[in-house]
Amino acid sequence: MSHVLEIKDLNVVFGGLHAMKDLNFHVDEGEIVSVIGPNGAGKTTFFNTITGLVKPTSGDVLYEGHSILGLDPNQVTALGIARTFQNVRLFANMTVIENVMVAQHCRTSQGALSALLNTKAFKQEEREIREYGEKVLAFFGSRLVGYRFDQPAFVLSYANRRRLEIARAMATKPKLLLLDEPVAGMNPKESAELTALIGRLRSEWGFTIVMIEHDMSVVRDVSDRVVVLDHGETIAQGDFDEVSNDPGVIEAYLGRPLENAEDNT
Amino acid sequence: MNDSSSLPAPPPWSFDPRRLGRLGGLAGLTMAFICLIGMPVKIDTVPLIERHLSRGYTSLVWVPIVFGFIVASQVVLEGMQARKRGLGDIIDGTVVGGLGGFLVGVLAWLINNYDIRDPLINWSPALYDFLTFSKGTGFAFFIWTALGLGLGAVGAGLQVLPAAYRRMATWPAIAIVSVSVLEAAFSDLLENLKLEFVADAIYAKQRGVTVKGAIILAVLATVVAFGRDRVKTLVASANANGTVLPGAALLDNVAASTRKKISTALVVVAIFVVPLFLGRIMHELLANVGLFILLALGLNVVVGLAGILDLGYVAFFAVGGYTTAVLTSPFAPWWTPELPWFVSLIVVMFVAALVGLIIGAPVIRMRGDYLAIVTLGFGEIIRLLFLSDWLSPYFGGAQGITNIPGVELGVTTIKGTDPRAVFYLVMVFCIVAIYASWRLENSRLGRAWMAIREDESVAEAMGINTVNAKLAAFVTGAVLASFSGAIFAAKAGSIFPGSFKILVSVILLVVVIVGGMGRIAGVMVGAAVLIGVLGGPSQPGLLQEFGEYKLLIYGVLLVLMMLKRPEGLLPNVRRSRELHGDELTQDVWIKAQIEMDEEDGSATTEGEVAPA
Repeated sequence: MSHVLEIKDLNVVFGGLHAMKDLNFHVDEGEIVSVIGPNGAGKTTFFNTITGLVKPTSGDVLYEGHSILGLDPNQVTALGIARTFQNVRLFANMTVIENVMVAQHCRTSQGALSALLNTKAFKQEEREIREYGEKVLAFFGSRLVGYRFDQPAFVLSYANRRRLEIARAMATKPKLLLLDEPVAGMNPKESAELTALIGRLRSEWGFTIVMIEHDMSVVRDVSDRVVVLDHGETIAQGDFDEVSNDPGVIEAYLGRPLENAEDNT
Repeated sequence: MNDSSSLPAPPPWSFDPRRLGRLGGLAGLTMAFICLIGMPVKIDTVPLIERHLSRGYTSLVWVPIVFGFIVASQVVLEGMQARKRGLGDIIDGTVVGGLGGFLVGVLAWLINNYDIRDPLINWSPALYDFLTFSKGTGFAFFIWTALGLGLGAVGAGLQVLPAAYRRMATWPAIAIVSVSVLEAAFSDLLENLKLEFVADAIYAKQRGVTVKGAIILAVLATVVAFGRDRVKTLVASANANGTVLPGAALLDNVAASTRKKISTALVVVAIFVVPLFLGRIMHELLANVGLFILLALGLNVVVGLAGILDLGYVAFFAVGGYTTAVLTSPFAPWWTPELPWFVSLIVVMFVAALVGLIIGAPVIRMRGDYLAIVTLGFGEIIRLLFLSDWLSPYFGGAQGITNIPGVELGVTTIKGTDPRAVFYLVMVFCIVAIYASWRLENSRLGRAWMAIREDESVAEAMGINTVNAKLAAFVTGAVLASFSGAIFAAKAGSIFPGSFKILVSVILLVVVIVGGMGRIAGVMVGAAVLIGVLGGPSQPGLLQEFGEYKLLIYGVLLVLMMLKRPEGLLPNVRRSRELHGDELTQDVWIKAQIEMDEEDGSATTEGEVAPA
């Protein structure tokens, strides 16, 4: 079986900063892969490169066997890769339902003319967009439905904003979902609940998921595989237990033990 | 009410000489500025109230009142009690007004003793006579200080009064000033309604309102203010007691949406019926206002919906005008197909859309400030092209294109000689523009525009082709502007590059901002108020005598709106949230916290288990 996403020898250089160094990475269909690493390790750059926001210096990004390098972010989304943002970036002044409706843009086609003429096809499509949006929101239980539909996104609580970010990404009807710190800032109860939801995203919706996360309990509970980045390089990968006991990973997070430091000097 | 007693008490009134000095100085400077731009002397010829108050003095005396009002205002901090206003505030207002008035006296003294007429052309004996009432500098000091003291106290007094009484004081003043200033419009309307006797009673024939008229107006306005207050208290007490007022049931039976529909229908009918009772000058004015409403509606799609700050919008107005001129005029220098107006309109639409695409394609890739600057450039480029010698064999250069026939309608021809027909034509196109904006706003494309306005990079990451969507907005705006250009050409009968100055773009943007960006009604009100009352870039408004100061007033208005009410007169709910985001964030945060607590509480009580 071919990989859903495969990254080959990826290099990203910002001026003098080598943000990604010869990175190799792959995700198989139905996998949940967590990408972890200390701050500044290049995790978000990694996502930005996949979604076309950052152009890599060299290397290749293959989605279902085809290179997606050089595509615009909207084309990448149209192919079936959706993402959320680390610092929640909802369309804050649009309503909850509008946020998920607008995300279906690349799956729909009615243009200005049919909107002006209010054609049958236009009405039909509007109805479908709305129904699908409601379905996506219903996935999060009662939190984003009913009277919430018509509330602007900015009135939502922080946790609900995170949920809506995921809902918006789901509404683009992707195959591969990139979640950038989905539980950041949530309390333990909320993050436990979201962890369960991430599991259901795979089992019920069939998404393949790559997730950046700092919360190790979430990483442990949900991922099939963990990839550790540091300074733009993969320093370890494997299942959670392997990675968490890897000396290189511990070093990247906590620094070297004292005697090694003395050896060097 | 009850819990206000538990709030900490506000700091008591204290004498703050620095603040009073600053505001008093500002009041004086404002009046000196108004004097030195020559406004009072220039508009002094017409009285506001016959023989008692001239417009010139009115242009000054509002200043101490407003500054008195400002000094007595207070910022009520969240979680603090409001300070009770009292005598201290009136003292403040008096001091500020007095200081301002005294400074006007100083100005008179300076004018008398120093001559700097060279840079300041209004530093003139006429201004000196105006300020001193021709009675010498000493009198000026006395009268202006006295006036300032009194008016400052009045201004502060308005703050001290409860809101209901304040309205009873301010409404009559507003009524008298507006009725007097808008004499041309009102007397015209009354005359055509065969109600000349009313006009005769109120107006002293181009000499302001009569004393009798002023009293009638004041009484009427007071009664209305009082009545409004009474009704409000009645309704409030009825609601509190649970009794049902007669008529309330009737209102309740009508759904809110139906009520909105009815009021909209009434406004539309009024727009079409009222011009029947107006004279030619007013028709001319309405036609101009209509053209600007149409333009503003188009700009609203571009700026208000898609968030593209287009400072060169006039370019499409020009393209519409020139295309119509070439296609319809027998005098076009290069090619004269002499098409009927409606046929040419179809071509105009396509040409405008094409020009929109050509200008838009490079411009649209830019964002924010860069985009604004580039559109500004393109707006000028289009005008300069029409003006250039290079294209003058095609578009006539500075001579423009003349003899543009009107709009052939079979029975009649709509052209500049019949401004009322032009107005109706514009209104028909406005309805088209409103329908288009409304349909688009609630469509797939409209949502994409909003998303782009909110956050362009995220919109792109969510699968929106931002370049295409922004181009669509640009082209929609271009087509709407070209309609206005086509009507303008037919109305004016001739077309010159001078009609398409950058000022048109700027004023349109002010109209959209002042009216309320992103809201159709707001944009229409903005155009009606600004273009109708003050006048367009080269069109006179109702206040013709302020024509010279039009741009100054536009600028002041823009600054004030940006400071005090950035969402515009009739705001779009979304936009106002964007602009007051900082203030709202805190409330929202608190709300969210409460909500989160509640959610947690309910989740635990219901025994909800996180689904596995």
